[in-house]
Amino acid sequence: MKKITVGLSTCGISAGGEKVYNALKEEIKHRSLPVELAETGCIGMCYREVLVEVNNGKRFLYGDITPDKINRIIEEHIIKDHPVTEWLVQGPEPLIDDTFFKKQKRIVLRNCGLIDPNSIDEYIKKDGYKAIQKVLKEYTPETVIDNILKSGLRGRGGGGFLTGIKWKFCRQAVGDKKYVICNADEGDPGAFMDRSVLESDPHSVLEGMIICAYAIGAEDAYIYVRAEYPKAIERLKKAIKQAESKGYLGKNIFDSSVNLKIKIKEGAGAFVCGEETALIASIEGRRGIPRFRPPYPANKGLHGKPTNINNVETFANVPWIILNGADAFSSMGTENSKGSKVFALAGKIVRGGLVEVPMGITINEIVHEIGGGIKEDKKFKAIQMGGPSGGCIPASMGDLKIDYQHINKTGSIMGSGGLVVMDETTCMVDVARFFLNFTRNESCGKCTFCRIGTKRMLEILERITEGKGQEGDIEKLLDLGQKIKDNTLCGLGQTAPNPVLTTIKYFREEYETHIRAKKCPAHSCSALITYNIIPEKCTGCTACSRVCPVQAITGEKKKVHIINQLICIKCGKCYDICKFSAVLKD
Amino acid sequence: MKVKSKEDIKNNNFPEFNVALWKYRGEDGALIPLLQSAQNTYGYIPESAINYISKIVKIPPADIYGVITFYSQFRLKPMGKYVIKICNGTACHVNNAKSINQSIQEELGITYDETSEDGMFTYQSVACLGCCSLSPVIMINNETYGRLTPQKVKKILKEYKAKK
Repeated sequence: MKKITVGLSTCGISAGGEKVYNALKEEIKHRSLPVELAETGCIGMCYREVLVEVNNGKRFLYGDITPDKINRIIEEHIIKDHPVTEWLVQGPEPLIDDTFFKKQKRIVLRNCGLIDPNSIDEYIKKDGYKAIQKVLKEYTPETVIDNILKSGLRGRGGGGFLTGIKWKFCRQAVGDKKYVICNADEGDPGAFMDRSVLESDPHSVLEGMIICAYAIGAEDAYIYVRAEYPKAIERLKKAIKQAESKGYLGKNIFDSSVNLKIKIKEGAGAFVCGEETALIASIEGRRGIPRFRPPYPANKGLHGKPTNINNVETFANVPWIILNGADAFSSMGTENSKGSKVFALAGKIVRGGLVEVPMGITINEIVHEIGGGIKEDKKFKAIQMGGPSGGCIPASMGDLKIDYQHINKTGSIMGSGGLVVMDETTCMVDVARFFLNFTRNESCGKCTFCRIGTKRMLEILERITEGKGQEGDIEKLLDLGQKIKDNTLCGLGQTAPNPVLTTIKYFREEYETHIRAKKCPAHSCSALITYNIIPEKCTGCTACSRVCPVQAITGEKKKVHIINQLICIKCGKCYDICKFSAVLKD
Repeated sequence: MKVKSKEDIKNNNFPEFNVALWKYRGEDGALIPLLQSAQNTYGYIPESAINYISKIVKIPPADIYGVITFYSQFRLKPMGKYVIKICNGTACHVNNAKSINQSIQEELGITYDETSEDGMFTYQSVACLGCCSLSPVIMINNETYGRLTPQKVKKILKEYKAKK
């Protein structure tokens, strides 16, 4: 029997996935076709959403599907068995989009887009919950920890601390009660890895958590998930219920003496809660303000008890490592960074989506081979990694290997996996201002340097982008940036200046042009742009004067128009609407 | 305070809200889920709810107010029927979320954290909605709209206006 699957994670749904699904359902019912209709999570090719897969033993993946395309797929592929080749993005025959997957290595995303996230049975069919059974039968908690240590798995949330060591500390800590927490408070702007994993394969995260709980000796666990991710919460709740009813969660897991209860805590919107101690404060019902470490959560965490916190991606790696062996994992990657890393590829790139690559892959390979290069044939300028805690790496360093060691050397950080690609029209000063604005908003206010320092840095950046920059501003930013790094308590403050420091390091001349020439080389900072009409090209069609919100453009029909610079608010509408490229942006 | 009977609940005017209260009572860290359920019921957290919750969790209203203002999710003012969240994440920012913002402001005549006079729309800016590959993105209540252009967003808003 043929099976039709629609990708229904948040990306797919917002691209219209549910409409496609319902249209398919209707059509199949209407024609009483012997076809199974199913949903799946994130296939990864977000740039081609809505994705629909037809499977008749062979896999055919259609991209950019809308409800009006359904009929043809049903008529031709389902009924007559002739695939609609021009809409295919992946199939038995080689296609251009295959390069998107060619360099990927899928461990965390092993089931994403292949199984129905609402069905525990589909996860079980893919060797799901086998790792925990193996652990319960064959491993002591210590051997589990040894295996994770040997695999070289590092925390995927951003810090990159060795997971095995973290577990070991928590195992060794003395306490009558211990907790496992899954950090799913993915707050980085530009990152959606954890959301996709939770929406597409929630059971793999649950299984990782059960293994961890067994290893450290915990009977209570929490998943702290962003309230902005309603779909992820819905699927997690369902997954927990299913696992409980099968006896994989709760009392006497798989008839062993192991117990575990997993509860979901919805975050209330605070970026700083991604920090361990702030997250704990938030679960306890307080303001999410970090505290001094030590004592580390491994010794004194939630309610003062030993607590182990890992991120979603870290937990999703665990069952794979147990089943395939630590060596299989550590054979991938570089000397200090083992395994793979999931990246959320976005920005000015042709193929944005969710990718998982082996550590040690180069920036160019990700941008050009997997991502298919820059949109509209523009010039690749930089990538931004690690969100507000990370930095910009220029295109000239495109051959850099992506692993913890090399990325840290650039002044950026690996971060949780947001990878935003920027082209020649992106202004680096504006990017720095954007991130500083974010961290200033999200600073909890405890440390003076973070609370006031980020505000002062933002003020300097704002005046630079408004054309009011002064000599010495760059030095002030560097000085203040270093002081914020040195004098703050948590990761938010310590990394907040990174976007500014890295852009100054690699794009200093762009700052200088803003300050001295009062020009924005990327034509992005609106205060530094002037719009003029080129008389030779203007046909006098009046389109610009009609669209101008402030009537700054004057001129008679079929005669050259003029922009009054004193009235112009630089909204760029005339530039966008002119069909003759007669408006010059400078 | 012990809630004695269903009559009590009625008199306090906390309809669905009370069900949630009962479920969470006595637990550690109950404050945030309680505030979330209050907000789910009313669309914001009214002062009377703060006082009510204060008695249940035995935390002074001032401290509760501190928690409310710390988290961006909580609101102390009533919201419009449709809450529009514009994503200002990195990907949306570099893909010109600015022009989408402009269009929304033009169409609705309100700016961030304002509610339109007819109580239909509340407009907010958020850090990231996690749909970066569809940027620029907005969310209206729980519905996400991606790959927007100024024209598209105006059309969507007009549809919502027509719904009333």
